[in-house]
Amino acid sequence: MKVSFPHMGYSYLAFKWMVEHTGHECIVPPEPSKRTLDLGVRHSPEFACIPFKMLMGTYLEVAEMGAEMIITSGSNGPCRAGLYWVMHQYLLEELGQPVKIVALEPPLCDMRDFIGKLRLIRKTGGISTKQLIWVLQVTWEKVKAIDEIERHSHEIRPYEIGKGDTTRAFWQALEMIDAANSINEVRLAYREALKVLDAVPQDNSRNPLKVGIIGEIYVVLEPSANHYMQIMLGEMGVQTDRSIYLSGYTKKTTIYDLEGDLYTVAQPYLNEAPIGGHGANSIAETVLYSRHGYDGVVQLAPFSCIPEIVAKSILPTVSRDHDIPVLTLFIDEQTGKAGVQTRLEAFVDLMERRREVKQKQSTIARRLVI
Amino acid sequence: MSKIGIPRTLAYFLYYPLWKTFLDELGEEVIVSPPTSREILDQGVKDAVNDACIPIKVYHGHAAWLRDKVDFIFSPRLVSVRLFGDFGTETFCPKFLGLPDMVRLTVDKLPPLIDTRVGIKKDPKEIFNIAADIGDVLGKSAADCKKACRKGLEVHKKYQKLLSSGVLPPDAIAQLFPNEPETNNKVRREEHQRQRLVRKPNREEAGLNIAVVGYPYAIYDDYINGGILGLLSKENVQVFTQDMLSDKVLNRQAKHLLKSTFWYFSNRAVYGGLHYMKQKRIDGIIHVTAFACGPDSVVDRLLEIEAHRHSSKPYLSITIDEHTGEAGIRTRVEAFIDMLNYRRDKI
Ligand code: SF4
Ligand code: SF4
Repeated sequence: MKVSFPHMGYSYLAFKWMVEHTGHECIVPPEPSKRTLDLGVRHSPEFACIPFKMLMGTYLEVAEMGAEMIITSGSNGPCRAGLYWVMHQYLLEELGQPVKIVALEPPLCDMRDFIGKLRLIRKTGGISTKQLIWVLQVTWEKVKAIDEIERHSHEIRPYEIGKGDTTRAFWQALEMIDAANSINEVRLAYREALKVLDAVPQDNSRNPLKVGIIGEIYVVLEPSANHYMQIMLGEMGVQTDRSIYLSGYTKKTTIYDLEGDLYTVAQPYLNEAPIGGHGANSIAETVLYSRHGYDGVVQLAPFSCIPEIVAKSILPTVSRDHDIPVLTLFIDEQTGKAGVQTRLEAFVDLMERRREVKQKQSTIARRLVI
Repeated sequence: MSKIGIPRTLAYFLYYPLWKTFLDELGEEVIVSPPTSREILDQGVKDAVNDACIPIKVYHGHAAWLRDKVDFIFSPRLVSVRLFGDFGTETFCPKFLGLPDMVRLTVDKLPPLIDTRVGIKKDPKEIFNIAADIGDVLGKSAADCKKACRKGLEVHKKYQKLLSSGVLPPDAIAQLFPNEPETNNKVRREEHQRQRLVRKPNREEAGLNIAVVGYPYAIYDDYINGGILGLLSKENVQVFTQDMLSDKVLNRQAKHLLKSTFWYFSNRAVYGGLHYMKQKRIDGIIHVTAFACGPDSVVDRLLEIEAHRHSSKPYLSITIDEHTGEAGIRTRVEAFIDMLNYRRDKI
């Protein structure tokens, strides 16, 4: 069968490998473009969130390319994401597209449904259970490696001497992971890939601003949905960190070291969790980034995103209490790259000024002590 | 005795009789904010985050109205009221889940909120513990709370009976509490008269029958929806809402969907819509939805597609926002009614 899946950041490389090795033909989803968004907007409900529209556009594009099955994830709420696939299926049917959406609901909720759907994928591809398990393991290894490489690229980008070097090295690294065909090969490729990144000429005398990125998973993960914001910031000389990665494994994000339960951190501000999406996380992460000496936080969310609206109304208080500036960017189909860039530049200015003031204060304090 | 304020919006429309009886029985004084008005809406728009939907903004406005008049604001955190939905996942819109925190942190100078968490999907009896928790804040004994809660549930049942007999919530509330304290009485009386206009149960007459579905706080709040129920009644339309259907009737619709929504109020609206679509005597369906409402982006399209697939009933979706004027709504409702009348003439 011709199988496709949603495009979410760079993970598509891992899923492409997965589909190909389950005996299916892979229709690789194109990176979401203006056209993807236009298509999605045209055929989605007006107030659907941007991720819904982007995925709708992506599904229509892969349907055009001949996809017969789309594998995606379900969820048990409480936000809309868990109903995406139902609506997408409805809308595709209305448009006369013969695509079937197979949504893997979290296995903890409904094991039978989960296994049934896996079997469907396996049977139609004609592979054994053992093979499927192996494929899933390698895929997981790839997802982890890709996440880790991406994380590292955001770390070194602000130090790069030649603008764009990191991004070039990053793509080279991704290709190395892409070429790997077993767990060991992935691990090996990963080690090599890190070396490629580290070989980017860097100026270590710089002391870049540090910014934490929080918000809704899709717009945080998919660079084309957030106008390549992390790269943009990196090239402005800002180091970025985010807690959301697809593998959820990259625990090396600075703020997660032994922080205990995120929801406990959010509790003084939001006495209920989860509230869907990453609403509660956004609040907790702002607190944590402040504790770890970050210069600021950018909250990224789709326009009309329910949990992030809740978070946004609470964040000013968090920002005040923990003395960390927060920039909220709500993204909709009208958001342009230039607009994002201007707001980011202003935010960077603000953070720089705050840093200077702080440094002055501490030198004065030191002098007083002497 | 403390003064306890209840904002007249959101869950008020389904749970006021329960809350009011409970608090009365405990000997507290209940003060309800007046029906939504320009001032309340403006205040809410000013206080709430600008990305919020209008019902949430209105709630902020009601809370602000109450702030210097009461000792507590009653704003329980609704998390679940029954075990329902695929994998038992039903809850409330995330904005309900975070509501007390949003209000507390954005409206200035609020008295303390009573924001006890209401999550009773595991065990309906939990409600007595919740009652005790609330009583704790007010310094009441657990036994008293239990008694008051029982009484509240009795009245709640009566209320539901009234609703399923076809009485609209504001009307039913006025019937249950005919002699409310002075502050509430005046508005109540006016509201009652206005609502009586709405309600003319003349099923025999040749008027149209229209199902109006949507969140209670959207369809029964005359101010934010441009008085749509009044408009319909003036046109001699008999209105049916999802709240006139029993849970049993509503839940029967669940099996027609691939997956139910995660939100209590949305499920009710969807099922109500699906039910009425299959009723012969219903001439058309109106869905009242709030601008930028997250769940409704799902609910509205779902109803539209279902209406279009499984019935020939015309479907009208009305979006309300801060700037909705009565005039705009009237034009659309009148056009819809004309169309329905025309269809009937043809048959
Ligand atoms: S978290 Fe936000 S973007 Fe995700 S489904 Fe919910 S509303 Fe949409
Ligand atoms: S269901 Fe819609 S209208 Fe109600 S609070 Fe949530 S977003 Fe607002």
